[in-house]
Order: sequence, then C-alpha cells, then structure tokens
Amino acid sequence: MSEFLLELFYIVGCVTFIIGLKMLSSPDKAREGNTIAAAGMILAIIGTILFHKTETGEGISNHAWIVAGLAVGTIIGYLMATRVQMTSMPQMVSFFNGTGGATSALIACMEFFASDSGDWGFLLVAYLGIVIGTVTFSGSMVAYGKLDDKIKDIGGRFLTYLNWLFLAVIIILMGLGVFSPDTLGQTTGWILLALSLFYGVLFVMPIGGADMPVVIALLNSLSGIAGAFGGLIYGNRIMLIGGILVGASGLILTFLMCKAMNRSLLNVLIGGFGGGAAGGGAAAGDQVAKEISHNDTAILCAYASKVCIVPGYGLAVAQAQHVCHDFEKRLSDQGVEVYYAIHPVAGRMPGHMNVLLAEADVPYPKLVEMDDANEMMAQTDVCIIVGANDVVNPAAENDPGSPIYGMPVIKVWEAKNVVVMKRSMRPGYAGIENPLFFHERTKMLFGDAKDTLGKLVSEIKTL
Amino acid sequence: MIFLIVLAIFLGTEVIKNVPALLHTPLMSGSNAISGVVIMGSIIVIGHARPDDYLTLSLGFLAVVLGTLNVVGGFAVTGRMLAMFKKKK
Repeated sequence: MSEFLLELFYIVGCVTFIIGLKMLSSPDKAREGNTIAAAGMILAIIGTILFHKTETGEGISNHAWIVAGLAVGTIIGYLMATRVQMTSMPQMVSFFNGTGGATSALIACMEFFASDSGDWGFLLVAYLGIVIGTVTFSGSMVAYGKLDDKIKDIGGRFLTYLNWLFLAVIIILMGLGVFSPDTLGQTTGWILLALSLFYGVLFVMPIGGADMPVVIALLNSLSGIAGAFGGLIYGNRIMLIGGILVGASGLILTFLMCKAMNRSLLNVLIGGFGGGAAGGGAAAGDQVAKEISHNDTAILCAYASKVCIVPGYGLAVAQAQHVCHDFEKRLSDQGVEVYYAIHPVAGRMPGHMNVLLAEADVPYPKLVEMDDANEMMAQTDVCIIVGANDVVNPAAENDPGSPIYGMPVIKVWEAKNVVVMKRSMRPGYAGIENPLFFHERTKMLFGDAKDTLGKLVSEIKTL
Repeated sequence: MIFLIVLAIFLGTEVIKNVPALLHTPLMSGSNAISGVVIMGSIIVIGHARPDDYLTLSLGFLAVVLGTLNVVGGFAVTGRMLAMFKKKK
C-alpha cells in the first residue's frame, strides 16, 4: 500500500515539475508555475518521509535528524534568497547550484563507501554521481567567487593542458574502477573525489567574464545530470526524471548561449579567443572618435521619435538600471517611443539584462530580442549603448579577421544616430577594437553609466 | 528504465524549447531548484541509517541541509524574480 502511495506522490511531483517548467514559457504564468513546482517538491519530500520502505520493508526512521536538516536548510536558504540584491543574482544562482551538486556527491559517496557491491552497473553510476556532483559543486563555487569578484581569472595555455590531463585521468580511473573493481578497491572513490574537486576548480578558473553565461548554464545542466545518477543509484523515479528534466533544459540553454556567441562549447571550455587571433581587427590607427555633450544627447533623444537602448554588463556594474528606467520613462513622457534591445549573452548569465531591467520596473514588452531589434533598427532615430561593447561590434559582421567574426550582434550602426556611453576607449572583454566607436554616425559620451544617465535625466527635465 | 530516461530527455527538451530569452534567468534558477530533488536521496540515506551510526547520520544531515538550501533558495529566488516581470498598465 505504502509503495503505491509513494508512487502516487512521485507521479504528482513529476507532473508538477513539467507543468512548472512549461509555464515558464509565458511571463504571465511563470510565477504560478514556480509555485506549482515548489508545491510538488514539498509533496515529494513528505511522501518520501512517510512512505519510503527498503526492500525488507523498513520505513524511514531518524525523523529528528531529517526534520532538523530540513529546518536548517529552509531557514538559511530563505534568508539568503530574500536578502540577496537583484544585481547579485548570478552569483546566488551559482551558489544554490553548487549546494545541489554537493548533495548529489554526498549521497553518491555514502552509497559507494557503504556498499561492497562489485556490480559494474552500480559502480559506474556511483562513480559518475561522485564525479559530476563534485565537479558541479566546486565549479559552481568558483563561478560564485568569480561573479562576486572574490576570485580573479587565471588563464594560460598551461591550465588548458592540465584540464585535459585531469579529465583523461578521471575517465581512465572510472574505467579501471568499473572493469576491475578490486585493483584499487574503495580507494578509487577517494581519488575520484579529490580529482573531481580540483577539476571543477580548474575548469571554471580560466573562463572569462563574457563566457560566464555558458558556464553557468552548463553547471546547471550538470547538477541535473548528477541528480539523475542519484536517482539511478536508488532506483528513485522522481530523482531520475527531475534530474533529467534539468539536465536537458540546462544543455539547451548552454547551446543557445554558445550559438549567440558563434562559438562551440569546446571552444568556450578551452577558453580565450584563440591565441593567434588576439591581434585581429584592423588597428584603429589615428581614427578619432567624436564626443557629444550631455546636453546635446538629451536634445537628440527628446526630439527623436524612436529611441533604442542597448544595455550591457556595464549597466549591471554601475547599478544603473533604475536611473536607466527613469531616463526611458521621461523620454516616453515626451512622446518618444523607447525600447530596449537585448542581446542573448549580454551580462553574466542567460537573461541577465531582462532580470535587471525588470527589477527597475521596466515592463517586459519593452524588452526586444536581438532579431526583432535588428529589424527595427533602420527606423530608429537614436540608439544609446549603455555599457555594452562586443555585442554591438560591427567587426563581427564585416571583418573576417576579427576573433568575433560571425557572432550575431545588434546592428546599432543602422540607426540614424548612435551614442555610446562608456567610461573610456578601452576595448571590452574580448580585447577587440570596436570600429563602431569611429563610425560616422557614432558619438561618444564618456563617464560612469549611472552618473551619465542621471545627468541626461536632469537635462531632459530642463528642456 | 531506459524507456523512462529517453522519454524524460525528450520531454525536457520539448518543454524548454519555447521559453523566451526574456525568462532565461528564472528558467535557470527554477530548474536549479528542481535539481534539488536529490534531497530525496539524502532523506533515504538518513532514514535507513542505524541510529548509532553517527558518521552516516551527520553526513546525511549535511546532505539534507545542502539539498534544502538548493530547493528553498532556488524556488524563493525564482519567485522573487518572476514577481518583477509584469505588464505595464
């Protein structure tokens, strides 16, 4: 009877996960979907505690430990989630992802070390659970540290080779452990655990800021896959299905992000923009960028009929989302049509700009995806670029020598006027010169994004 | 089991394909919360441990705490983000 009830709870749980994910396709229903999936998770937890039985018919005991664990996790998790600043969202998501990976790794370890089974299927699943869970944990924690500016990028060819070496050793060791379990015995588990811990760190370490969306999506997928292996260890269907759903969705997101940068996953993981291409792009020579004053910019925008704002990571760094919305609202009050053009990899995680602007109360119909924005660009009078660089670089379109050639970009240069808000002429993350700054229709407006937008707002007020 | 796995992969891809770029972050943190299902595993580990096996109990406890963090934090953060996406009235 209890087995049947448990299945029932699990089926309901799985269905809520699918419904929850499905409802995420529409901004209006997404919140409801999230609540439904959360309710399903609670049901599944209750079901497990009440009805789970071993093969010998023993139920769950040690309730005090379980309830205490749930309580501690809930309190900490809730406090962290409600106190975190919206701009720190990428790190928070990485952190929670890491704790999920750690859970998978812990249970895989406990099952592995408690069992003396020589069954190759069990061993393979346990090893994979340990390795993927641990890599998710250490990788996510490094990603968290990097996004929070606690850890600096460390790069270099040498690290790439080291990573390949680590990966090869891990795979060989797993093979050895599966096919000849007695050679090393349980030591295999310990070595794999240590190697995976290091590998997770080394693999995220050299990945640059602009590639972060890919890595975060990939780690998200890995946490799901680790969970699915946990499900295989226990023959637990909800863990299996939940894990696979997350694994699949994370992988799709990963490939979407890669596509948005016109790079293969391998290329991102190996890191850097290929040594040889570093000097790519024609030298700027003695081209001169034209500057524009705050006053002129304000006038230009206020008397335009259509204005486009292209946000980038600089907007997040300067925490300028609120003043940006204020600027956009004032223009709208003047009768100007304003929209935001969002590049899929702008920022540090998939959809980063959307969340940031939503926090500032920008209604989402104003957030236009790249392809649609490109169609509207020719009818746009002024295009304002706030802290974006590589995603608006025309070299990606017309300079085959450029390292980012072929990457889809927002074609801001098709607008009648372009104003680039930037702190200095320094190139962006990719270290590539941006010919847009020297374009005949481009004007530069130097300064911190937040200050500059603030000044524009006060200029518009006086008009 | 393989049948189930293939079906789940297919379902996962189909469901996610239609999520707009606008909601990529909530999708990620929401699915991240779902990956917290591993918490079932940690409950099972503790639940069937001997009451005097303190090593398993403490490691299991740690797993439950971390798993709960993932689930609660993930859903709460997603909820917070989604609350901000609203239409202009």
